[in-house]
Amino acid sequence: MTKFIDLTLSGISSGAIYAAVALALVLIWRSTRVVNFAQGAMLMFTTFIASAVINSGGSYVLGFVVALCSGFVLGAIVERVIVRPVENAPPLNPVILTLGLYTLIVAIAGMIWGNTPRSFPAAFSLHGYTVGGTTLLFTPNDTFIVLVVIAVAAALAFLFRATSIGLRMRGAAFAPEVARLLGVRVGRMLTLGWALAAMVGSLAGVLVAPSVFLGPNSFDPILIIGFVAAVLGGLDSPPGAVVGGLVLGLALSYVSGYEGASLVPLAALVILVVVLMFRPTGLFSATKERRV
Amino acid sequence: MTSRALAVFRGSTLLRSLTIVVLAAVILIIVSDSLDSYRNLQLAYGGYYFCVLAGLTVLAGSSGQISLGQGAFMAVGAYAFSKLNAAPVAWSVFPSLVGAVVATVLVGIPVGAAASRLRGPYLAGATLAFAVGLPALADKFPAFLGGENGLSVNPPTPPSWLGANFPLERWEAWIACAGALLVVFVLYNLTHSAIGRSWRAVRDDEIAAALSGLRVGRRQTLAFVVSAGCAGLGGGLLAAVLQLTSPGAFPLQLSLTLLAGVVIGGLGSLVGAVWGAALLVFLPNWTNDLANSFSLSGNVSHNLPIAIYGVVLIGAMLVWPSGIQGGVRAIGRAVRPAISGRGGRTTPEPATTEAESTKDEGVKASRP
Repeated sequence: MTKFIDLTLSGISSGAIYAAVALALVLIWRSTRVVNFAQGAMLMFTTFIASAVINSGGSYVLGFVVALCSGFVLGAIVERVIVRPVENAPPLNPVILTLGLYTLIVAIAGMIWGNTPRSFPAAFSLHGYTVGGTTLLFTPNDTFIVLVVIAVAAALAFLFRATSIGLRMRGAAFAPEVARLLGVRVGRMLTLGWALAAMVGSLAGVLVAPSVFLGPNSFDPILIIGFVAAVLGGLDSPPGAVVGGLVLGLALSYVSGYEGASLVPLAALVILVVVLMFRPTGLFSATKERRV
Repeated sequence: MTSRALAVFRGSTLLRSLTIVVLAAVILIIVSDSLDSYRNLQLAYGGYYFCVLAGLTVLAGSSGQISLGQGAFMAVGAYAFSKLNAAPVAWSVFPSLVGAVVATVLVGIPVGAAASRLRGPYLAGATLAFAVGLPALADKFPAFLGGENGLSVNPPTPPSWLGANFPLERWEAWIACAGALLVVFVLYNLTHSAIGRSWRAVRDDEIAAALSGLRVGRRQTLAFVVSAGCAGLGGGLLAAVLQLTSPGAFPLQLSLTLLAGVVIGGLGSLVGAVWGAALLVFLPNWTNDLANSFSLSGNVSHNLPIAIYGVVLIGAMLVWPSGIQGGVRAIGRAVRPAISGRGGRTTPEPATTEAESTKDEGVKASRP
């Protein structure tokens, strides 16, 4: 029973991180109809930057802020320079392009920082809370993770629903021609969407790094799981991404706890396939016909 | 008389493919005879890479699906080969390779059936998850699959009729090239048959294909299973040549490298798969030499090939979607009218079946 509670709690914490990655993927999918398979590599890169800042004497907070800012800039550059030309191309082209970007970023990170994984500091203690004599698997750092992700999700919801710039971004994503006629700088809004998404992704990188170690390939499973979470949520809906991330975090935590951590990516695959078999567009999306 | 023989030759895909395979086999035997053992080993690498790339390029170019899981299918083939080749079963090389293909096809059928329901990024993501998830099974069953250290394979022994001093590397190159030629034979005939036409019909317009009576899902599953079988053969050959099968040999990077190989060769082109295989074999050597001559650090030289694959994928999508073979074809189209100009054939694309099947390949192939 204690194990079940422990797994549930750690599932919530990892689910929050998956939710952040899924949010990053969903924001990009909504604005440009591209699944950013390079997201895992981008958040790896910004986490390495944070690590470099912290190792050269900066505080954790400084590293955290630098990671988010570099994520924002990286996202904007990637959209403007590399993704813009294929935004209206056949769907296979952006897939291959972002995978190429993934490959390139992983290689560059390996060149700069080497392929041996290194540790990354956590914001708060990694010793679990003690309740009634038993130590739980939930740590102060997990609390921090959950709170930060909730705060970011809320901020994004506020941005998109209650501000003028959020409205313009939604307009640029869903009706680019009309938005352009009404004076919205559509290209700029798409760049902003990518930048915000990459920033959320880099947040996930900094949050997850203490538990998986930091290496060029150590975030591959996170990307896969984030993708599955985004698809669970319908790939189109930010609340769906958050719910999908949490559901998946719990499910995978049980798989990892009862069957072994090596099965986690495979379990994610099984969940993905089962969901797509019955709801080819995800659990939370409205049913849509494929366009002829 | 000769023109009739030529007409029969043109009309029969089987005859054409057999001629290609026999010619290629003769050339490969002559070439491998003159190569030293290291070059023969590279030829063997090229052989197994070609098997996988040819399967993937036909999948992506003909039926318009993408698979990032070919590395995982290679793992299935390699593990099946290692198990069949090792002690309790102890089959010789060729039956074990057949077993590797059968095992991969059996895995490929459910995966392909699932894949036939997915499109675009969903398909890419699912096969990506397959590539990341499957090799982890080796950890789950360490007693059977050897865990992180993998399984070792006995080197294949050259048959006695080749002489006592026949070098092992040349025999490995022959095995791998035999596999590659088998793949050429099967895929050439498939893509030039009704099945290949139905794949292209499904790729170009699923709804029109369905209205014409094609079972779209089944056609796509078939294409997926064929490409999985090719990857399984490639994986089995890899195990035979490297004499080791471990989960570390099949990282996600491998699947992306394979994708880079088919993209640079040109999607849908079997000749392009030769270019891709050559790239995959030689690029690590070139970059190593480059890194040595500029005395770059180990980190840089290890990652340089991967960086180049990334640049290839990005660059191909932005500037040159038809790959090397597309460029070769463009040159061929520009040169051909100049050569046969007086002959009176003025149409830019001769209406032979060959041109018919090649002009619609390339990345524009990947319409929804």
